Amino acid sequence: MNISYTILIPLIPLAVFLLLGLNSKRIKPAISGYIGVLGLSASAVLSFYTAYQYFFVSGKVDGVYQTFVNKSVWMNFTETLHIDMGVLIDPISIMMLIVVSIVSLMVHIYSRGYMKGDDGYTRFFSYLSLFTFSMYGLVLATNLFQIYIFWELVGVSSFLLIGYYYTKPSAVSAAKKAFIVTRFADLGFLIGILIMGYFTGTYDFETLNNPEGAVILNWASTSFMGLSVITWALLLIFIGGAGKSAMFPLHIWLPDAMEGPTPVSALIHAATMVVAGVYLVARLFPMFYFVEHGFALNVVAYVGAFSSLFAAIIAITQTDIKRVLAFSTMSQIGYMMLALGVSGYDGHEGVGYMASMFHLFTHAMFKALLFLCAGSVIHAVHSNYLKDMGGLRKYMPITNITFLIAALAISGVPPFAGFWSKDEILVAAFEHNKLIYYVGVFVAGLTAFYMFRIYFGIFWGKEKQYEHAPHESPLSMTVPLIVLAILSAVGGFIPFSELITPDRIGFEAHLNYPLAAIAISVGLIGIILAWVFYKKENSLSDKYALAFGPFYKWACDKFYFDEIYLFVTKKIIFKHISAPIAKFDKKYVDGTMEGIGNKTVLISKAIKGIQSGKVQDYAFSFVMGAVIIALVFIYLWTN
Amino acid sequence: MIAGISIYEILTVTSILFFIGIYGFITRKNLISVLISIELILNASVVNFVVINKYLYPEMLQGVIFSIFIIAVAAAETALAVSIIINLYRQISSVEVKDTEIMKY
Repeated sequence: MNISYTILIPLIPLAVFLLLGLNSKRIKPAISGYIGVLGLSASAVLSFYTAYQYFFVSGKVDGVYQTFVNKSVWMNFTETLHIDMGVLIDPISIMMLIVVSIVSLMVHIYSRGYMKGDDGYTRFFSYLSLFTFSMYGLVLATNLFQIYIFWELVGVSSFLLIGYYYTKPSAVSAAKKAFIVTRFADLGFLIGILIMGYFTGTYDFETLNNPEGAVILNWASTSFMGLSVITWALLLIFIGGAGKSAMFPLHIWLPDAMEGPTPVSALIHAATMVVAGVYLVARLFPMFYFVEHGFALNVVAYVGAFSSLFAAIIAITQTDIKRVLAFSTMSQIGYMMLALGVSGYDGHEGVGYMASMFHLFTHAMFKALLFLCAGSVIHAVHSNYLKDMGGLRKYMPITNITFLIAALAISGVPPFAGFWSKDEILVAAFEHNKLIYYVGVFVAGLTAFYMFRIYFGIFWGKEKQYEHAPHESPLSMTVPLIVLAILSAVGGFIPFSELITPDRIGFEAHLNYPLAAIAISVGLIGIILAWVFYKKENSLSDKYALAFGPFYKWACDKFYFDEIYLFVTKKIIFKHISAPIAKFDKKYVDGTMEGIGNKTVLISKAIKGIQSGKVQDYAFSFVMGAVIIALVFIYLWTN
Repeated sequence: MIAGISIYEILTVTSILFFIGIYGFITRKNLISVLISIELILNASVVNFVVINKYLYPEMLQGVIFSIFIIAVAAAETALAVSIIINLYRQISSVEVKDTEIMKY
């Protein structure tokens, strides 16, 4: 299979970014929107063509999906250790290409309506293109270092887009927070990469992931503190993934990132960038699975399960609809991690891996849709808060229907997309780890509840006093909603188990009816509870909030994690470590240097009179010196 | 070689000439006089060259040739110095040494 043209997929958005970024003041907004959409359409068409070629024409050899690599050496360290740049085509990278293409294209089209009249319109589109370029690069990376480079690039584009309204202090601090937290996690990632390179001698995914390869067979050769060094490297790499994917305890940046424009939240903080951590674990899945009998993978499973539960509880109490969606994203990504964590490798055992990728795909569709709907609502009522909304179904029929489809999809109601992927995840969890399965089922119920809480809150309930009557959004915004709604409705029928499995062979998936029945009934209970509580505005919800008392308050304040971090950084690290070091630096290091300078000045002042400017003085000293030296020599010689 | 005069007597004379030049260079107040003192020093050394050549190595010519070089260089140097002094005079209307102290710290 010839894949050389796939390099164009990331390069087209890069060209668009350079074009728009360098001419942001010269290109008219109307044109820049079209350039952005056009460039991305080209990439999307290429992605779809690649996917078609791979899955249905030439990807399969002897019933196994092959990996195609096209790369060149970029930096050479030793015979085996070198950093390459190139593209790697395998089932998961193609799946991510499709996700990024669809969501990014929809968000580009949507932004043309949403950002209309904004001052930085062209700048916004150039950033979107930069992000899309980085994300494509991340997805197509052939080795750990290349993925790291693009990893940082998506971090930068996320920073730029969160801080897009740079005159708003909250947006600026949110951008900084997102950047610092993910950067901190990426430090772990980098150390992991270096350990990996040092002990295995390669960064290449193909060499690392080969189940019969030397790396996986020799994992036990070096150990550190009771664990294989490779396990340590994988755990450190997972820290990077957890930072990007907002896993507990590195999740604190994601809710604040909602300060960015809503299309950005849909693209970066729901569908693509935040699942990079899941993608990273999936990319190294054979290593996670085989090294140390899956120790690192267990960590992934428990972190995912805990984050998923933690975020779902917080999501119930939030009143800002974008924050509810942010915590929901965190919870669903926890789901994906959990699925990866309980996955096996061969045949039907790999259902967790498949389900994780499946959920990544369907989640990207319905969560992007939820965010875009939220954007549409915010566009209409000019507020993020649930208390300013209500009864909007009459004014915004399309948004109402599409939001409902997305909410049903995320709640796991058949036949919408989320049901199929979530069901596979629960099957995988049930087969491998009962505790995680119960957490998963409980979270499924919570998800349905908080999602329908905001659905009823926005579109039903009591009508509020609006400054001017809300109206349906323009066509450029509703078309992406409809497209994504269709995908959220039918996306579950894609036969993922035949396309994406860890061993690349595929298996026949069939519904596990008892487990599906449990999942559906839990989802329906959540929806019905939400219906009872929030369909009509009543005091029931306040009463129950009171019943939970302090627990409700904790959850509402996100279990005080922001405060804990602030306390640790400001009160402990800054005060007791950084401040004394700064003082030492100022007093002793700077003091020594400044002391040398000051003393030199003082001495110079004292002796500068010697330079009198009179040539004859100089000549006199010169002659006297010569005479004295002559006398000394004569004295020495005559003795 | 001059009959009846030994090399010591001539070297004594040139030494006296040299130190007169040094004394003049250090004590004179006028830039032109300082310049003349420098000429004295130079001439003392030129005479030394010739004398040592004539008395110690009569069959050679290096000292004599070298003295011609020194005379030429001294002429050039004097021309330069005088032009500097004239320019200085245009600036500050003085050729006194004490008026040229501006180039200190």
